[in-house]
Amino acid sequence: MTVAPAAQLSQETLALTKRLFVQLQRRPSTLVAGVLQPLIWLVLFGALFANAPDGLIPGGVSYGRFLGAGVIVFTAFSAALNAGLPVMFDREFGFLNRLLVAPLRSRYSIVLASVLYITSLSLVQSLAIMAAAWGLGYGWPGGAGLLVVLLTLLLLVAAVTALSLGLAFALPGHIELIAVIFVANLPLLFASTALAPISFMPAWLGWLAALNPLTFAIEPIRAAYLGQFSLNAVVLEAPYGSLTAAQCLSALLILSAALFVSIRPLLDRKLS
Amino acid sequence: MIQLDQLSKRYGALQALDGVSLNVPAGCLYGLLGPNGAGKTTCLRILCTLLAPDTGSVQIAGIDALVDPRAAREQLGYVAQEVAIDKILSGRELLQLQASLYHLDAATSRRRIAELTELLGMGEWLDRRCGTYSGGMRRRLDLASGLLHSPAVLVLDEPTVGLDIESRAALWQVLQQLRDDGTTILLSSHYLEEVDALADRLAILDGGRVIAEGSPESLKRDLGGDRVTLRVREFATPQEAQQAQSVLQQLDGVRQVVINRAQGHAINLVVEGEGAALLDRLRQQLEEASVPVFSLAQSRPSLDDVYLQATGRTLMDAELASVSSRDPKAEKKQAMR
Repeated sequence: MTVAPAAQLSQETLALTKRLFVQLQRRPSTLVAGVLQPLIWLVLFGALFANAPDGLIPGGVSYGRFLGAGVIVFTAFSAALNAGLPVMFDREFGFLNRLLVAPLRSRYSIVLASVLYITSLSLVQSLAIMAAAWGLGYGWPGGAGLLVVLLTLLLLVAAVTALSLGLAFALPGHIELIAVIFVANLPLLFASTALAPISFMPAWLGWLAALNPLTFAIEPIRAAYLGQFSLNAVVLEAPYGSLTAAQCLSALLILSAALFVSIRPLLDRKLS
Repeated sequence: MIQLDQLSKRYGALQALDGVSLNVPAGCLYGLLGPNGAGKTTCLRILCTLLAPDTGSVQIAGIDALVDPRAAREQLGYVAQEVAIDKILSGRELLQLQASLYHLDAATSRRRIAELTELLGMGEWLDRRCGTYSGGMRRRLDLASGLLHSPAVLVLDEPTVGLDIESRAALWQVLQQLRDDGTTILLSSHYLEEVDALADRLAILDGGRVIAEGSPESLKRDLGGDRVTLRVREFATPQEAQQAQSVLQQLDGVRQVVINRAQGHAINLVVEGEGAALLDRLRQQLEEASVPVFSLAQSRPSLDDVYLQATGRTLMDAELASVSSRDPKAEKKQAMR
């Protein structure tokens, strides 16, 4: 009659994840907007700097190529930043109570479903932008480079999802959550190397960008797009020193882990 | 089947529950009666492991719900006051989700959904989006999702609020059938007729305390004496009612006099004795005391009288009093996790 205990966790998680996908399918505006906005950025900004003098960007790449990595990361970041919204709505409108009354094997399946959903969504949106970038002639990361891109995006999405879920449980309502997302989104983008290299920036902004997790995702992806990717190659010239790709990825990993650990007490309190 | 022992819960300055103890035997349809703000919803939330009490214990089917909430949840079906549905899913999809959360296998899930659709008359609505449902249909869907896993205990929080008469009657019938088939049902309500019609036993909750407990018949019987409702005028002024009250309190055989502010200051009397002669005697006494009479009605004790006796005011009075003191924002915050 009932499913074996071991399989219960996957049954409830998959059911909750499926619900989120059904919602997406019937209300695809999230998916569409999540691809359309970065696409517009890619096209417009690329066009804006199309006639920039050669050699403007260190390394000699065209601005479009330079921008590509930035927009890809921006896509994944924006998607992950919205991870908390479904949970917040469920909190507000009582659906979470329905879930909490059920004999879930673990109440973390609620969180896990959100993570699975947002990760899939982010990756799909990022791949769509990557395809668009390729279509615009900004290249495609070859071989191992593609794996690096996907791994980097995964790490960033994990970190940002944890942050968004934490906010979803900490804030009192969806209006506050949307406000925070709205305020955080663009400044974080501008204070990174998505749109311009650090060498363009005044010292204070350069420091911010060099400490911005988005930058740690963008630079390895840029390197992957240039081909001949090496984990030990320096990808980021920061005011405090140089960072290799491996170091950037490690930083993202540590950040993800730290964020998940720090939101755990909050989730325990709210979900128990 | 359900044992609540000395439950207390405080929200800031408000003591929502103050030492509530209840015992619901298996197979019983138990009513929890009280005005809004009495603590019924808090009590039920604690029972359904949504909320932890400050003190007290909760036992469901022999399981200590505070120690092993997961096992307790398997025995429980909860139909909440605010129907929380997902507008974009169809009824069937919501039930399928619910089945997965309760770890039913696919075959059982299909069977139960079919059975409940039949029982609750949901037929053609099942595959439409929940957002298109009427209030009555939503309530049926919620009931179906509470019953999917064939729980031993069904808990309903004010299930007929906002329903039309037919839906309400249909729901009552379903609940009675479930009880006949062996499900233990705990139902909270602020409708007297609902509790009177349905409950095998009931408890009256007021201000976070259990004021009275027993079967409807025994509670009414224990009151003894008949009830008389006197209207000095169709809508009397407080002064007129008070005048009449002071006169009536002097009369022989009148045990209790309460002014019902909610019903045009009608006067509810508890009078010794029963039968037809009672009214005649009273009418005579009123004439002698020069109290004007618009209407005089007699009845056997009702649940309203039980409530009146226990709390000193009628249920409607209490309801009205609670309306002004309710804080919807605070309540929403309490409901939100």
